[in-house]
Amino acid sequence: MKTILSGTQVAITVDRLCHQLIENHGDFSQTALIGLQPRGIYLADRIYNTLQKLLPGVKIQYGRIDITFYRDDFNKGKALHVPNETAIDFSIENKKVVLIDDVLYTGRTTRSALDAMLDFGRPSAVELLVLIDRRFTRELPIQADYTGREIDAVNSENVKVRWKDRDGHDDVIIE
Amino acid sequence: MSLSVNHLLGIRGLKRQDIELIFQTADQFKEVLQRPIKKVPTLRDTTIVNLFFENSTRTRISFELAEKRLGADVVNFSASGSSVSKGETLIDTVNNILSMKVDMVVMRHSATGAPHFLSKHIQVPIVNAGDGINEHPTQALLDAFSIREKLGAVTGKKIAICGDIMHSRVALSNIYCLKQLGAEVTVVGPPTLIPKHMQEALGVNVSYDIRETLEWCDVANVLRIQLERQNTPLFSSLREYSLAYGVNRQLLDSLKKEIVIMHPGPINRGVELSSDVADSGHSIILNQVENGVAVRMAVLYLLAGKKEH
Repeated sequence: MKTILSGTQVAITVDRLCHQLIENHGDFSQTALIGLQPRGIYLADRIYNTLQKLLPGVKIQYGRIDITFYRDDFNKGKALHVPNETAIDFSIENKKVVLIDDVLYTGRTTRSALDAMLDFGRPSAVELLVLIDRRFTRELPIQADYTGREIDAVNSENVKVRWKDRDGHDDVIIE
Repeated sequence: MSLSVNHLLGIRGLKRQDIELIFQTADQFKEVLQRPIKKVPTLRDTTIVNLFFENSTRTRISFELAEKRLGADVVNFSASGSSVSKGETLIDTVNNILSMKVDMVVMRHSATGAPHFLSKHIQVPIVNAGDGINEHPTQALLDAFSIREKLGAVTGKKIAICGDIMHSRVALSNIYCLKQLGAEVTVVGPPTLIPKHMQEALGVNVSYDIRETLEWCDVANVLRIQLERQNTPLFSSLREYSLAYGVNRQLLDSLKKEIVIMHPGPINRGVELSSDVADSGHSIILNQVENGVAVRMAVLYLLAGKKEH
């Protein structure tokens, strides 16, 4: 097991990602943040809360999306996934949507999320924000617009992002 | 996580975790049904046949909508106008349909045990949409799901099942489902419509007094009198039944508390349930119908996902 980001580094990285978002999205009036279930929502919560602190009084639209029903491996011999909550109580029509996930690996989750998101409307643009980008493991032509840390890990290795709310402490490990 | 069964033949074969998994999945499908686009592509490579050897409105439309909203291809079959009237057997009929590359079967049949029999002869998942006087599992699931939605939980709640217990597959499936989830169940109706030994066999209370039972319960699930399944008269007239066991406004107003009214449909208005009660705020009958689609989507999704294992 090797630590890639410590708790402090996670906090610094999240702050940086938030400032990059502010640079591109200004007052967030035309922006919606959407966290990917199940693990991306912890990063999305953190980003949302940090943005609220950095921009007091600004209303940021924030939802969660579950991609279970849009997976491309349903019935392909893999274990069945139990769906999680989707909560998007605003229109994404003509908004700039930022999809948020913890780890970008094969790109298949992001592909499913794009499909799931389109059932809620047609955004003017879609961006992807991830805490960890596993390079050289992509199976689809998908790249992140905002990246916390790029890492090189082989397929047999498991990259795990842990969050205080869920796992007791913040860090990113490889095992 | 997946279901412990390969077919949904009845609630009797389900574990509590199975029912909870179905509910948990149905919660998310219910959200899908509120979206601008009420459809997901999950079963787009799956073809489902709805085999209805017996009449149905709600169940059939509900299954068909559930299938279509999961993106499945749907084939409908009804016994009238088919080769069944030429003498084809059930297995032949189904095998012929399956040879056209159908992946799942939803079946309603007037013979008790028909889907159980079929499950021993075909390889694809079967969902029982009602077999004779035995079970109607998806109805029981949507009933319990609706109680959970209305009251927050099923465990510990007091549920009365009223009317024609003898001929009702909804009653039997409901009893299995509610007991499995830890509810208390009382069946109430005329003695001729309640089978003997219900208490010993199924662990439910038996009552012949509708007022007393309504006073006790949190929810009353009022069943339809199944005249088509009664070969000999079991009560003197519908009017007398209605006077003795019908649920009406006057009866509800005389209770010391408010209870939730359910009915699996179709309602015989003025017989087991009066119109003013069926259309009142106490009634969650239309919620049951709405939840039916989400619950059936969950069942189909979970069974289809087991296909390859």
